[in-house]
Formats: sequence, C-alpha cells, structure tokens
Amino acid sequence: MERSNREYTIGAVEDFMLQIGRVVHAGEVELAIFRTSDGAIYAVRNHSPHPKGGPLAEGIVSGYYLYDPLHDWKIDLRTGEVQAPDRGQAEVYPVTVEGGVVKVTLPAAVANLN
Amino acid sequence: MAAEREKLVLIGNGMAGVGTIEQILKLGGAYDISVFGSEPHPNYNRIMLSYVLEGSKTIEDIILNDLGWYEDNHITLHTSTTVTRIDEQNKLILTDNGLAVPYDKAIIATGSNSFILPVPGSTKDGVVGFRDIADCDAMLAAAKQYRTAAVIGGGLLGLEAAKGLVNLGMDVTVVHLLEDLMERQLDRTASSMLQAELTRQGVKFAMGKQTVELTGEERVTGLRFSDGSVLPSEFVVMAVGIKPNVQLAKDSGITVNRGIVVDDYMQTSMADVYSVGECTEHRGTCYGLVAPLFEQGMVLAKHLSGVQTPGYEGSVVATKLKISGVDVFSAGEFTETPEHTVISAKDEWKRTYKKILLKDNVIVGAVLFGDVTESASLQKLVKNSTEMTDEIYDEVMGTSCCGGGGAKKGMSVEAMADEEIVCGCNGVTKKAIVDAVTENGFTTVDEIKACTGATRSCGGCKPVVEQILQFVLGDSFQQSAKQGICSCTSLSRDEIVAEITAKGLRTTKEVMHVLDWKQAEGCSKCRPAVNYYLGMIYPDTHEDEKESRFVNERMSANIQKDGTYTVIPRMYGGVTTPEDLKRIADVSLKYDVKVVKVTGGQRLDLIGVKKEDVPKVWEELDMPSGYGYAKSLRTVKTCVGSQFCRFGTQDSMGMGAMLERKYERLDMPAKFKMAVNGCPRNCAESCTKDIGIVGNDGGWEVFIGGNGGIKPRIADAFCKVKTDEELVEVCSAVIQYYRETGNYLERTSEWVERMGLEQIQTVVMGNDDNRKELAARIDFALAQVSDPWRKMLDDKNTRTALFEETQV
Repeated sequence: MERSNREYTIGAVEDFMLQIGRVVHAGEVELAIFRTSDGAIYAVRNHSPHPKGGPLAEGIVSGYYLYDPLHDWKIDLRTGEVQAPDRGQAEVYPVTVEGGVVKVTLPAAVANLN
Repeated sequence: MAAEREKLVLIGNGMAGVGTIEQILKLGGAYDISVFGSEPHPNYNRIMLSYVLEGSKTIEDIILNDLGWYEDNHITLHTSTTVTRIDEQNKLILTDNGLAVPYDKAIIATGSNSFILPVPGSTKDGVVGFRDIADCDAMLAAAKQYRTAAVIGGGLLGLEAAKGLVNLGMDVTVVHLLEDLMERQLDRTASSMLQAELTRQGVKFAMGKQTVELTGEERVTGLRFSDGSVLPSEFVVMAVGIKPNVQLAKDSGITVNRGIVVDDYMQTSMADVYSVGECTEHRGTCYGLVAPLFEQGMVLAKHLSGVQTPGYEGSVVATKLKISGVDVFSAGEFTETPEHTVISAKDEWKRTYKKILLKDNVIVGAVLFGDVTESASLQKLVKNSTEMTDEIYDEVMGTSCCGGGGAKKGMSVEAMADEEIVCGCNGVTKKAIVDAVTENGFTTVDEIKACTGATRSCGGCKPVVEQILQFVLGDSFQQSAKQGICSCTSLSRDEIVAEITAKGLRTTKEVMHVLDWKQAEGCSKCRPAVNYYLGMIYPDTHEDEKESRFVNERMSANIQKDGTYTVIPRMYGGVTTPEDLKRIADVSLKYDVKVVKVTGGQRLDLIGVKKEDVPKVWEELDMPSGYGYAKSLRTVKTCVGSQFCRFGTQDSMGMGAMLERKYERLDMPAKFKMAVNGCPRNCAESCTKDIGIVGNDGGWEVFIGGNGGIKPRIADAFCKVKTDEELVEVCSAVIQYYRETGNYLERTSEWVERMGLEQIQTVVMGNDDNRKELAARIDFALAQVSDPWRKMLDDKNTRTALFEETQV
C-alpha cells in the first residue's frame, strides 16, 4: 500500500470568505474549508461525526469552533473534537499557506481512498 | 498523522477498565486501544442492575458506552471474546477464539464473579448469582414462571435482589447466616431497623440459617438448613459475596493472592501489565464497591498518560443501598468497641438513626438510616480522619440553630479534594464539576449533568453537585437563576437591545466585545439573534451578516438531511398561473428535482436540488423567493373568496396576495404565517396563524397568536375593522410591535402569552398615533428589503463562495 501523504493545492486565501465554509473535493475526499476571523484556514472532512452524518461546510463559525449546520454540534476546527455534551471526532487535516496559496495534506490512508 | 502509537489492550469491558480508558482519553494519552469483553454487550453500569430488576430502568438505560463511543474513539472492541493468557515473552494477548494481539501495555480489569456456595445441589437449574445482565434476565424470566424464591445472603446485593424479586411479584425469603443484615456495613440497631423496614415492604427473612443443601432433581425445589429445617423454593439467588476473577492472571504467571496483587500505581508483578477494579488486591484489600474502582482507574490513567500523580493509597468505602424508600449509609468503622466514643441519635417515630464513631476524638466511622442527607459530608470527614469539633458536631447532628445549615454544608464541599469522586455511577470528580462550572459558565445541575454525566444515573449525588455549584458560584448563585439568551452572555434579550441602542453598537462583533461575551464570537444561538436585533434596530444601515445566518437563510433555500436543498418559489396568496406552473415543471425536469410537494401553506416545494444547481434553478425560475426557510413571512393562506365562492363576502385571494407582497422578505423574530378568509366559514384556517383574518359582510376580523405547529394554540380575537386600509394598518402595527419586542425565535403564540393580549391591544388599538408610528416604522424597514435570489445572481463572488465546489 502507498504510505506517503498527499498534498493538494486548493486555491488562494481570498477564495475562502471569512467564517463561511466552502466545499473542496481533493481527489475522492470531500473537504469543508473554513477561514476563521483571524485569517487561519482549517480543513475538515465534509462529514459530520453525528450519527446521522450530513455536511459541515454550511455551519456557523465562531472563533475556532464550528456549529454543525444540521445538528448544532460544536466542533473544534483545530482538533476536530466534538464539544460536550456531545461526543465524537471530525476528521481534520493539516493546512499550510505559503505566498497566499493554500495547501491541504491528506494522510496516505485517506488520500488513497480511491 | 502521528507515527506508530503504543498499543494498549484492556482485558475486561466493565466499569473499572472502561472508566480508566475514558480517563486516558481525557488526558490525551496517545495509544492504539483494544478492548476485550467476555459478555456480548458494550460497557454497562453493573451497579444499576438492581434498577433493571426493579423495572425502573432497562438494559439500554444502563449502557455507559454504546458501540458508537468505541468507534468515535477509534477503540477496537472484541465482545464475546475471553482472553486466556498473556504471553509475556512475545508480548501477546491470546484469546479463546485464537486471536494473538500484540500489546505494549495491558490492563487486566476482569472484575469478579458471584461466589457460589460449595453445597450439594448448587449447580441445579434455577440457581443463579446476581452479577451480570444474564443473571438479571434469568431473574426476570423466573418471576414470570415461578412464585417462590430464596435469596441466600443478607448483604447489599442480596437485599437488592430480594427487593427486585418482590417487586416482580414473587414470594421472597432472604436467608442469612448471621442474625444481623448487612453486618459488614451496619451495626445491630441499623440492621434491625432495616429488617423491619424491608419486612414492611414484603420481604421475608430466615435469619441465623446455614444452608447445607439445595434439594430437587434437575431443578431446585428448596433449601435444607443445618438445623434440619427446610424452605421450599422454586428459584434461588446466591448473593453471598464475590470473588475476584483472577484466572487469567494466574494462568499467565502473575502474582495472585485473593486478588491480583498490585502496587500503588496498579502495576502487577508482570512488566507493563496493570490491573484495576474488583479483581485486584491492593495493600491486602479487595474492593467490591464502585468508588475504589474509579479512584484506582484515575491513578492508572494518569500514570499511563505520563501525568504526575501520587499513588493510590486505598479507599474509604461507603455503602448505600439502592432500594427505593430504604436509605441506609455507612462509612468506615461502625461496630462499637470500648475504645470508641459513640454519638448516636435514634428516632423510632421517624424511623431514623444516626451514629458517629470517634477514636481519640477522630471521626472514624458513621452509620445513617432513614435520612442520609449527611452521607457525603460524613464520608468526607471519615476519609480525612477529621477531628471532631463543636462546629462539626452541630453540623452533622443537625443541632445548630435553624437557618445555619446551608452555609455550613458548603464548607464540607470546600474541603473536598479535587480528585474525590462525587458521582460514583459515572466516576465524576469534584474537579470535573468545578471545571464545568468555571469554564462553561454553567449554573444548573442539568447543565453539569449534560456535560460531565454527574447525576445522570442513580441521582444520589445530586445534593452534593448542588452544593458544589453553590460553593463555586458563591454570591452569584442566587443571581444565576437569571438566564441570558445563551451561555455566551448573562444578558437578556431586552438588555441587549437596550445596550445596542444606548451605546450605538453596529455589528455582532461590537456587541459581543462591548457587552463582554464569554465566547468572543458568540455561538450558533446568539449570533443569529444579535444579527436580527441589529437589523431590526437599524433597518437602513445594518449590513446583514451572512456568517451569522443559519445555513437555510444564508443559502436562501432549505437544506435537507442529505445536503441537497429545497427551493420554494413565491405563490402570492396561494395563487399561480399556468405559465408559472409550466416553468416550474420545466426547471424541475431539467435539474432532476426529486419531489414536487404541495405544502400546507399552499405552494410548491422543489425538493432535492443539488447545491451547485441552486443558483441556476433560481435564475431559470425567475420567480421571487418564497422564503420557505426564513424567519419572516412564509405564506398567506387564502380561500377562494368573493371572486368565485358563493358564500364569499370579501376578496380573500386579492387581500392575501396583497398582504404577502407587502410584508415579504422582512426579518422577524421567527417564521410568520398569515391567512385570509373571505367569510366566517374560515376555510383557510385563520385560527392557527400568527395573524388570521376573517372577512364578513361589513369588514374584517383580526386574530393573532395562533399556531398549528408543535405547540398548537388557537388565535385570540384581536379587533374588528371596517376598511381594507384599516386592516393593513393593524397588521403592520402588530407585526412591527412583534418585531420590536419579540425574543429571537419566539413565535407570536408565545409572544402573545408573554406580553398579554391586552397589552398588545392597548399599544396597537388604544392610540391612533402609536399605531401609525408602528406602521410607518415597518414601511421604512420594508423599503430596504430586496429579493435575495436577484441579489445573489448579481454578486458573483458570494455566489461562487456559497454554492460552487472546487475539484483539485
């Protein structure tokens, strides 16, 4: 099995509005990209950890937290951790920004989903 | 992703082991975790089994961690799998179904088994222990089929089993070797009071009886005692004690005494193998109660997560009987000897008993019967070997003058150690509760319950949780009854609106900053609310914040559970044209709409539009948005009215369409529905609308505050008017008054009840100037609105950001 991580260039910083999520398909993986009010960019798999699933990209962003648009779960964008009283974990992936270009690194196991 | 993590294997899927894993997860210990359990169930709360038997809870209720929890935490769970040996040489866990799983660290938490008396006949059918769900099921089944039961053992477990079987309708006799019940926890006085109380509740007793044989062929028929007497019984529960389950440890060559021998960090004699719970023996003691297992688990979790911790030093065990209506408690030493000083109070009328034992003036034990409110503080005093003082005496014996109790109770909570378990069922420490209060701003037991799980199970710790809450909040405890609009602020809706106006605040960010929000950018509850209040106060200048809108309002379409959207074009007054219908049909076909649905509000839902198609669907429909998603006017339902109906006295279709056009798009505190009827037959159901209008021969009747939704309410008759102009003015004034005074998300049905119908009538109808001013204000606000679909189509950036997806 391919063991290396895979890096995707997903656009320029300006492509992402402050506090409004956007869907990016990286290979076969659907990501929700968020730009917090301090300009930092986070990548989460666009799938709610709630048992009923659903998208995340349309949630309300407050600070580093995302409120799931369908179930109102509060999710830490930095770690993916669902905040109490709910429990769960959203999948988050590392993002780098160089010269205004945004890149997401997907781990081998995820990047090779296809 | 992190490199290779160490492999942690937990053997035993019970409360002690899983409790330890939960602590490790909380502490961020980085392990790949696997769990083995012999039972087919996920982790459940064994101490709650007596509630299952009693019928007040089901098995599902006592599941602590469901399968989703294991999945969410990436824990591999092997149920119905028994570990047979730990191979120290190769660091492998071997199981009965042939698995060999490598480990770096292993925890043995195999608990204990029922101790079955080694008397002839103990293996007959109809003889069970009381340890697990299977035993519980056997007891439930027996109660359906048989009438008589004997419970051998007058301890905690035996009494709970007996009471459960009585509740199930069986004739139950408790057989006890000694003359006193619960002799390991209670003194003679408390014991006899307990026996009297249980007798009252229908339990029979055979005291001082030693069982020597269980009679019967295949199935048990009775008990024979050492004195030669017999007790017929069709079902027998053995509850004489537990024995630590040490087989695996023994077979693997780990040092075992009565239990698996561990040191203060729960380390066994085998390297990298630990043990917690009822299977362990620590400093010569095996515990069979819940508190020690959490205390042990906490130490082990810290140790395995690399967090500094003092070792485990043993637990002071306290006992509480989980039988409704029988409150018994004991902690520490309870049998008096000449070296004890005894403080006691017995009240035969109230059937209460309280005893505190002192040794050299130090509190070493306590027994309570009938009233156990002091149990938490007494347990604390015993645990800390507190010296008795006048003050403590007054407190625990309740002799201080009236009114002093509350403040003093707080003291014992203050002295409680951070790591002390408050909720034994769920292993919640004082610190976890204090943190929940200070970090999240919680002010109620319910919030603490939701966050930490404390009080979630048996509820016995609720008084202590309340005391902790009171202690942490201090003087603000009373004020804390006042609830803000969400947990980000303690300010009410009215205070926020007043502050916005007084200070001239302009954005949600400013409001939250100036008004000292606990979470700088608010949450999904307050952000949309504050955005609404700002828009209501500054209709012409407030720039609507898309990022503070729920998804539906931001996208101007309703999100469905699969992430597709529903688009609803306007149909003013529920009237459409063949041309419009044709266009709706064409667009629906072109964009592969899943379902076209006629709604209760007389319009068409186009369900299942893909996100990226939503703007194109708008563009090609070229109809105004129906705001099916919005907190604003949804529809105005109409009947046929005077245009066609033979009963119609007013033109309801015309009036409905006009009102819908007039008020569409304007933000309101919640969704808003209207209806117009052409005659009093009320075919458009005005009585369940926010504003319902009924035409009659000489004019219109107006009803407000109706709702047909989850809290149905019939609208109140508000006023009668003669002309169409008056009708519009009244509607305008009512809507604007609601906009200005309604709480965000508050429907008019709730608003009318909160404000009072008369108040609204006085403001709107009592004074012509008032009404005209309200109507003028809504007209000003209405002049600012525009169709979101148009706006979005012209704004390429927003359209792209919201609807288009990138492929890389």
